[in-house]
Amino acid sequence: MTAEGSVDAAPKDAAHDTYVPSARRLERERFKRARARRATAVAAVSTLVTGVVLLLVVVNSPGWPRTRQTFFSLHYAREALPDILEGLWLNVRLLAVCGSAVLVLGMLIAVARTLRGPVFFPLRALATAYTDFFRGLPLIICLLMVVFGIPALRLQGVTTDPVLLGGTALVLTYSAYVAEVFRAGIESVHPSQRAAARSLGLSGGQTLRFVVLPQAVRRVVPPLLNDLVSLQKDTGLVSIAGAVDAVYAAQITASKSFNYTPYVVAGLIFVALTIPMTRFTDSVTARMDRRRAQGGIV
Amino acid sequence: MSGSSQAVLRLEAVRKTFGRSVVLRDVDLEVAPHTVTALIGASGSGKSTLLRCANLLEEIDDGAIYLDGMEITDPRADPDAVRRRIGVVFQAYNLFPHMTVLENITLAPRRVHGVPRAEAEDRARELLERLGLGGRAGEYPDRLSGGQQQRVAIVRALAVRPRLLLLDEITAALDPELVGEVLGVVRGLKDEGMTMVLATHEMGFARDVADQVCFLDGGVVLERGTPAEVFGEPREERTRRFLGRLVEAGRL
Repeated sequence: MTAEGSVDAAPKDAAHDTYVPSARRLERERFKRARARRATAVAAVSTLVTGVVLLLVVVNSPGWPRTRQTFFSLHYAREALPDILEGLWLNVRLLAVCGSAVLVLGMLIAVARTLRGPVFFPLRALATAYTDFFRGLPLIICLLMVVFGIPALRLQGVTTDPVLLGGTALVLTYSAYVAEVFRAGIESVHPSQRAAARSLGLSGGQTLRFVVLPQAVRRVVPPLLNDLVSLQKDTGLVSIAGAVDAVYAAQITASKSFNYTPYVVAGLIFVALTIPMTRFTDSVTARMDRRRAQGGIV
Repeated sequence: MSGSSQAVLRLEAVRKTFGRSVVLRDVDLEVAPHTVTALIGASGSGKSTLLRCANLLEEIDDGAIYLDGMEITDPRADPDAVRRRIGVVFQAYNLFPHMTVLENITLAPRRVHGVPRAEAEDRARELLERLGLGGRAGEYPDRLSGGQQQRVAIVRALAVRPRLLLLDEITAALDPELVGEVLGVVRGLKDEGMTMVLATHEMGFARDVADQVCFLDGGVVLERGTPAEVFGEPREERTRRFLGRLVEAGRL
């Protein structure tokens, strides 16, 4: 504590103060409000114009009547919706279970890869080999091998449930991706942070747990969300083993009627699922930033 | 300050609040060309906020700030154009860790001011040489000592030939030996006629180098005058107490 630090401050509370905004401030705020209004108006007009132009181009295209019937038929949409929603429940469950497993496994692999010291060499090597292999292996091949290969072994007590096996394949592949995302985050934390933590007497593990990982995870939230959304869509691939998810349900209806509307419905539902997820994580990270930032306008 | 020549920086009834706390209240200040103004006062008295406002890193609530007679706090003013004319050195250096010393220094001259690479590098090397960092151009900031990093930060601010230099407690993170090193640089700049505003806890230095000393307390400029006036015969009770504590602590 320096001598200056202990000087008692004058009353700072705005309540103590008989402040009246000056004419200059009022003029400035008027100008800023006018500028904001102008910006909003420009944005609204340009959005409207773009939307109308796009709509006119699509609606006036020569094949529009036929396209509308094949892809945007209200009748088939209504018919397919219950089956698609039932299938979607499988996607959602798979996402919840696989997503959690992927986050945990990915984190463990990333931490294993960043461990230092000769004792951990086998672990490090194993983690590296795992990510190298499963990140390179195409998901569809991994899925085929797990879903059809494991039951073919006819092992006692090992499941043949296509959903379980498909989920396992997803977790195997996605953990490799997510581990690399976490590792990038861990390595982006400045070495001075590690030094500060170790100098306080924290062990290597404690440093990782209390100082490095919190900062690392915060930084990789957007790419992690990317991988989760991608996983959400890939949960549909379990249908190759015969499980009925939203996309497969749409396919069944579409192949009966030769109308593609069910696909459009399924696609829109997937989009509708990701948007709230994105907004939620955006708002969480924005709140964390606000609490921590120095402030300022740049 | 003499009003004969136009002030480089002028603050007029500046007010800045963060939420409910008023950080600057009716602050007036005038900085004449080729002079050094030292801002002194306790931590949290508003010194750094004042400097950040002058560089438009913070938006002020009320009042106005003028640079060479032009109002920079006008919402129609281009903040980038204003910042191009002001150099800032931060307490924590704020060097870019992914660039070498030379790249840190030549970034703004090349990208903002359009100086050709060779010319920008020549000037950077010349400045580095002058500040005793001749051999460090290719190093990365994290490999330099604190004093060296702070001198690089000063060179980075000077490389664009600013009209005004703002220095925010630039010696706060340095040991006494390095403090002398960095303050020597500032003294040299004064001799070359650079206009500077510095927030500092180095009272001896402020007394020695400043033309004008401002004592901030609770967001108000409580006392303003020559070093002899402020340090020699302070008018305000609070200034006397502040300086008295420094004497007790052996810092003055």
